Amino acid sequence: MRQNNSITQEHTRRSKAKADGENAFKVRLSIRTALGDNAYAWDTNEEYLFKAMVAFSMRKVPNRETTEISHVLVCNVTQRVSFWFVVTDPLKNHTLPAVEVQTAIRMNRNRINGAFFLNDQTLEFLKIPSTLAPPTDPSVPIWIIIFGVIFCIVIVAVMLLILSGIRQRRRMSKGPTEVDDSEDKCENTITIENGIPCDPLDTKGGHINDAFMTEDERLTPL
Amino acid sequence: MACAPGPDPRGAGGGHERPSWDNRLQYLLSCIGFAVGLGNIWRFPYLCQTYGGGAFLIPYLVALVLEGIPLFHIELAIGQHLRTGSVGVWKAVSPYLGGVGLGCLTVSFLVSMYYNTVLTWVLWYFLNSFQNPLPWGSCPLDLNRTGFEAECQASSPVSYFWYRRTLNITADISDSGSIQWRLLACLAASWAVVYLCVIRGIESMGKAIYFTALFPYLVLTIFLIRGLSLPGAVKGLTYLFTPDVRILQSPRVWLDAATQIFFSLSLAFGGHIAFASYNPHRNNCEKDAVIISLVNSLTSLYASIAMFSVLGFKAANDHGRCLDRNILRLINAFELPDQSVNRDDYAAVLSHLNATQPERVARLCLETCRLEDFLDKSASGTGLAFIIFTEAILHMPGAPGWAVLFFGMLFTLGLSSMFGNMESIITPLLDMGVTHRFIPKEVLTGLACLVCFLSAICFTLQSGNYWLEIFDNYAAPLNLMVFAFFEVVGVAYVYGVQRFSDDVESMTGRRPGLYWQVTWKVVSPLLLLTIFVAYVVTLARTPLSYKAWDTQYVRFPTRQEKSYPGWVQAACVLLCFLPVLWVPAVALAQLLAAHRRKKDTGRDRCPKL
Repeated sequence: MRQNNSITQEHTRRSKAKADGENAFKVRLSIRTALGDNAYAWDTNEEYLFKAMVAFSMRKVPNRETTEISHVLVCNVTQRVSFWFVVTDPLKNHTLPAVEVQTAIRMNRNRINGAFFLNDQTLEFLKIPSTLAPPTDPSVPIWIIIFGVIFCIVIVAVMLLILSGIRQRRRMSKGPTEVDDSEDKCENTITIENGIPCDPLDTKGGHINDAFMTEDERLTPL
Repeated sequence: MACAPGPDPRGAGGGHERPSWDNRLQYLLSCIGFAVGLGNIWRFPYLCQTYGGGAFLIPYLVALVLEGIPLFHIELAIGQHLRTGSVGVWKAVSPYLGGVGLGCLTVSFLVSMYYNTVLTWVLWYFLNSFQNPLPWGSCPLDLNRTGFEAECQASSPVSYFWYRRTLNITADISDSGSIQWRLLACLAASWAVVYLCVIRGIESMGKAIYFTALFPYLVLTIFLIRGLSLPGAVKGLTYLFTPDVRILQSPRVWLDAATQIFFSLSLAFGGHIAFASYNPHRNNCEKDAVIISLVNSLTSLYASIAMFSVLGFKAANDHGRCLDRNILRLINAFELPDQSVNRDDYAAVLSHLNATQPERVARLCLETCRLEDFLDKSASGTGLAFIIFTEAILHMPGAPGWAVLFFGMLFTLGLSSMFGNMESIITPLLDMGVTHRFIPKEVLTGLACLVCFLSAICFTLQSGNYWLEIFDNYAAPLNLMVFAFFEVVGVAYVYGVQRFSDDVESMTGRRPGLYWQVTWKVVSPLLLLTIFVAYVVTLARTPLSYKAWDTQYVRFPTRQEKSYPGWVQAACVLLCFLPVLWVPAVALAQLLAAHRRKKDTGRDRCPKL
């Protein structure tokens, strides 16, 4: 008698968990995608863990602290691995509303993912959107830092070049007056007449007096 | 002959002597840097891909030999001989052609404005590459953090970063929007970098060019080696380079090859004339012209091999992910075990399922994944660099490093071209004696950079990209072709090929042979005239329209084709024709002056009774 009772209880429970019920959720796992060679096989023990995690999430909801693992029903497990689950309330003999289950799962998503070594993409609850992690924005965007560095270097280099140009020009404007003094002192000034340097006292060469050279050329050869 | 050094009869610009290059390598690198620009990276590979792969090299080489090298030789020789910038050179060739120089100056100014804006975008991407993960890899979250931003979700993270986070583009060109301060800051920085390098003319530029001209080659080599080792690269290369010889029958290919060579060598800007004017008189400009043109073309080829290998990798990657998406849909729908179907089995599994349950398969809306479709996706210009290539980099291991290298390369490539542009503005101004002797060169270059920077602020508006496309399409091409035509005709017929050959002989020691004479007198002018006419005809036939990024468009993310409003069309026409007007204006002015002079001398000669 008791056996029959438990079988009928199981039947009624499973009929409540039929797929596409409005309070049922489809779950899809991609264990091999996430773990590759370290993938574990999905068996009834993993199902038990899953039910435990769902019950745990429901217990965190106020008014649902008495949820037991046996209240969570799983059915239609496929090879994919995917299945449907629903949370029942045996005292009132109905399934818990989808909104409550959804909120509970969303709040504890990280714990559920962690229990199976999966993440939001590999452990999918098909009607429950996951809250995406906010991007880690540093307080100062990186591009501003690098921009500041480059800009400062360029401005400093421009200043240096301009200053060195000013200094060079100041030296050059002082320079020609100095060169003039040295030229007066210099004895080797070359004056030019008719394109021929007139420096007959050039002691370096000391042999031919250039002033007389053209005389010979003007004479016609005999 | 005077024994003491007298004033140089050909030098211009005050009492100080003309600066000169430290060595020949600086001069060659400057010319190569000016010629090799962003177009070698993102225009030539696209043309190669569109026009039958390797077969495109044939019209390209023919155009190089018949048009590129002769025009280039003219520019270098005449600049080196007359030792003055473009304005002085054409005034010396003939007073009636003085307008050509002024026109070149104007076009160089217009091009400098928008070319540095492209460098601004490159700099912005460069600054954003120093983080992992790269910011264009994922979409930002929407307000309640359950999904991604709608615009990003509909298009792609890369497009979203380009159109929204970089340009913040408006949906229409008449809606100017506000100035983007991020782009304004980057614009100021890139003009500061340009000023730093051209501050003392070729003295400072000659030092900077060693880095800016050689760094791109280093990066291209790194990308080539890395690219060839990526999966799918070789398939991409073979597909994209396989020649389709039938394409040579279409005249459009030859036209585009000639046009590409013309713009690739940066002819008719006056930049090469300016660079050559700083050369010593005895320098083999003929050898320089051939070397630089060949290096430019070989660089295009080298760059396209590097680009195609990375793009082949991207196509293979996209194809693989397309297959993966289909496999996931199949697995989810038919409850097959996870990872049970890999990419090789996909076709077999699909045909099996199609045979057994075709209605269920049809309901799944599977995508067609063909590798050729992904390989055929091509783009040129900013689309290639900022959307397609950035997406390819995302999937390479060590993505931030590759992004830094890529955008650093683009920046230095553009920078060395900017040097040429700025020199083609500054050298003529210096030679015209615009500055008084007491205004130093640094102030002139600073003023030039400042004026260009202030004018370019209009491109940092939200509609800036639309305006930049207008400048790119209308400001430069027609004007440059007209000026190049006048250059060739001016030298070959007005100055005289014989006189020009004498000048070249005095510089190089060898008289230009038959090839040069024929190309200068006949082939190049004809070719230029043909491509000018064809360009005008094509322009007249295509309606003036642009592609707008409109989120409200029904078929978003495809860009909506809109036509320009009337005032914008007027601006296009103005940009097309204003620089060219210098030529008839100056010619007319000279004619009137000569007429007045003849009248005056006629009056003087009249016998006074």
